[in-house]
Amino acid sequence: MIKTFLIGILLGIVAAAVALYTIPAVDQHRENSIISVSPNGGNVESFHINLPMDRVMVGAPGQASPLPRALEWPEDEVLAQVSADIFKIRNARDTVVGVAARTVAKEDESGVVDWIIHLPARGSLFVTMDPNPPEGAYRIGPIRAGTREFEPLTGFVSERWVSDTSGAEDEPAGRIELSATYVGRAEPVE
Amino acid sequence: MKYIVAAMIGFLAGVTLFAAAVAYNPFVGRQGVSPLSITDAPTVTLGFSAVASGSILLTNDGDSRVDPYPEKVAWLWEKSIRQTSAMVTVLLDGRNQAAGLGIKISSASEETWLFSGRALVDSIWYVYLPGRGAMFIEQTENYWNYLRDIMLPAYRSSANTWTGVWLGNMTSGPGALRTAKVTGGSGEFAGNVMLGLESLSVLAWRVDNGLVAAEGRLIIELPSESAADDE
Repeated sequence: MIKTFLIGILLGIVAAAVALYTIPAVDQHRENSIISVSPNGGNVESFHINLPMDRVMVGAPGQASPLPRALEWPEDEVLAQVSADIFKIRNARDTVVGVAARTVAKEDESGVVDWIIHLPARGSLFVTMDPNPPEGAYRIGPIRAGTREFEPLTGFVSERWVSDTSGAEDEPAGRIELSATYVGRAEPVE
Repeated sequence: MKYIVAAMIGFLAGVTLFAAAVAYNPFVGRQGVSPLSITDAPTVTLGFSAVASGSILLTNDGDSRVDPYPEKVAWLWEKSIRQTSAMVTVLLDGRNQAAGLGIKISSASEETWLFSGRALVDSIWYVYLPGRGAMFIEQTENYWNYLRDIMLPAYRSSANTWTGVWLGNMTSGPGALRTAKVTGGSGEFAGNVMLGLESLSVLAWRVDNGLVAAEGRLIIELPSESAADDE
């Protein structure tokens, strides 16, 4: 019986080792990327945020109705001109694929409108938007940094607000559309 | 019958032995001193509360150990973001005064491999310091030592609590020297690529709600040009 016990121990060690070696501890769900080729170069991917349902946080100093209701935005003077929103972000099939944050800050002469877009199975993007877009134009900004899948890419992202005109009760009030154009980084010729 | 019982008990003992060997393997997960902890270069050091209730907002899938904060914040329950958490916090300077805003978004990493002590989390930070500018921090964090030194002892404790003093560098990449990559976005940081480090100081942890007393710290090494400007 001792022999059987010892064989059981060995089998347990081997089974645990094989399981730990072969079964992935983390398996992120990934939606298929929906990317089209832009006629003038680069690949284009569209995301959108349905409002108000995709809002996670609306934080700004002195706001009457923060989201969530119990949110206490800091009253420090240093943050008096800073506001931030957190959203869930959807792909072109209207499926949630990530989380994004938009920060707006007013500086003396200009300002800051920055996006971070995080797609868990793919990577993240950091975009600094033009705080003062020309009248009637979309706000647009370069991709300053990308991680993992987006690390070798440059390009730009544009944002625009599209109001819902259907008038249906269960439709969102509108959506923020983000259009990302990815361009591969030029490698030096050896 | 008794042979089957003996084999089953042996099997369970084998699994337990293996788990203990992996968890307490002295050759796995030990971290040395980060180069940013002893750098001579000028740095920006920012502190933040690592406890949910000390942040402005923290959300996750709602089933995690740490409860989302504040009440009724939307959960990240959808399939693609279920293993993701987002935190918004005030960043503090060396005098414990508000210096800016930090947004951290983290996801469990598919590169996690417990066999070799890699409990990895891919995370990004957006840091905005009014008057100075914005930065984006990209890092991989390794929670292996945190799991082994804090969580396992807490589970073994009859009070389901760990108390003590634990200080660890969470950043394990993507830099070769276990540093984060920091990209300047605007202001004095614009156009610069810098190194960063996130560390965690823990005093108490509970099985039912995670961190009870803990502080985080971000160290960003400024490029030499900014250093010259500062001088």
